Amino acid sequence: MTLPADQQLADYRDYLLRYALYRLRDEAAAEEAVQDTLLAALQAKQGFAAQSSVKTWLTGILKHKIIDAQRRLCRDPFQLDERVDEDGDSSDFDSLFDTQGHWGSEAPRNWAKPEAALEAQDFWRVYAECSERLPKRTALVFAMRESLGLEIDEICQNLEISTTNCSVLLYRARMSLRLCLEKNWFGLQA
Amino acid sequence: MMNCKQATRMVSAGLDRKLALSERLALRVHLFLCERCSNFARQSRFLRQAAQAAARRDKSDAER
Ligand SMILES: [Zn+2]
Repeated sequence: MTLPADQQLADYRDYLLRYALYRLRDEAAAEEAVQDTLLAALQAKQGFAAQSSVKTWLTGILKHKIIDAQRRLCRDPFQLDERVDEDGDSSDFDSLFDTQGHWGSEAPRNWAKPEAALEAQDFWRVYAECSERLPKRTALVFAMRESLGLEIDEICQNLEISTTNCSVLLYRARMSLRLCLEKNWFGLQA
Repeated sequence: MMNCKQATRMVSAGLDRKLALSERLALRVHLFLCERCSNFARQSRFLRQAAQAAARRDKSDAER
């Protein structure tokens, strides 16, 4: 087994970048994670000897860098506006409910054939726009839970947040996404 | 009696952890009586389906 040449490592950059972007949904953070990965790879090529493929080896390093990046994104001071109350109260959705806690005028309606939307190209454009409206940390936790299928405990550990915080963020993601999709897609379907 | 706000939180929690028997019963009674929260429950499950489909789309983009 020969060690990969520096140029060969750089050839994987695009692949790694797409991989990181898919998990982090943040271009700057993805770019940084990939640079850190390549740097670590160049410094520790001997770690490669035991591996069968350069791609697998690099992806392995990248996975660790992504976890670091996810933690940093969660602690980003610009995300502090997204306060999470420890008691799990999500008062930001209060306007949707009346004083007794029952649905107001924007109550969830019945969506006709939601599965059919998954086949519509336009639906995915709306879905992407609705996802982008979520605060970063909320979007990240939702993606880890629903797209990657991680258990809530794993997410909390990785991001170093409490289970309650995690649940509140997931609740917010679901409330916002369904509202946005109803306003911009399902509510408009005849 | 659980109100809609509590019911939506319980629906969301139920997608992430196993609810206690008492929570499940209270939620089931509410959903039986409340069409709006039943819609919310279906939509939340649909979001999971959509997020998984979105991930598959992203992944095939990334591997192209
Ligand atoms: Zn209800």
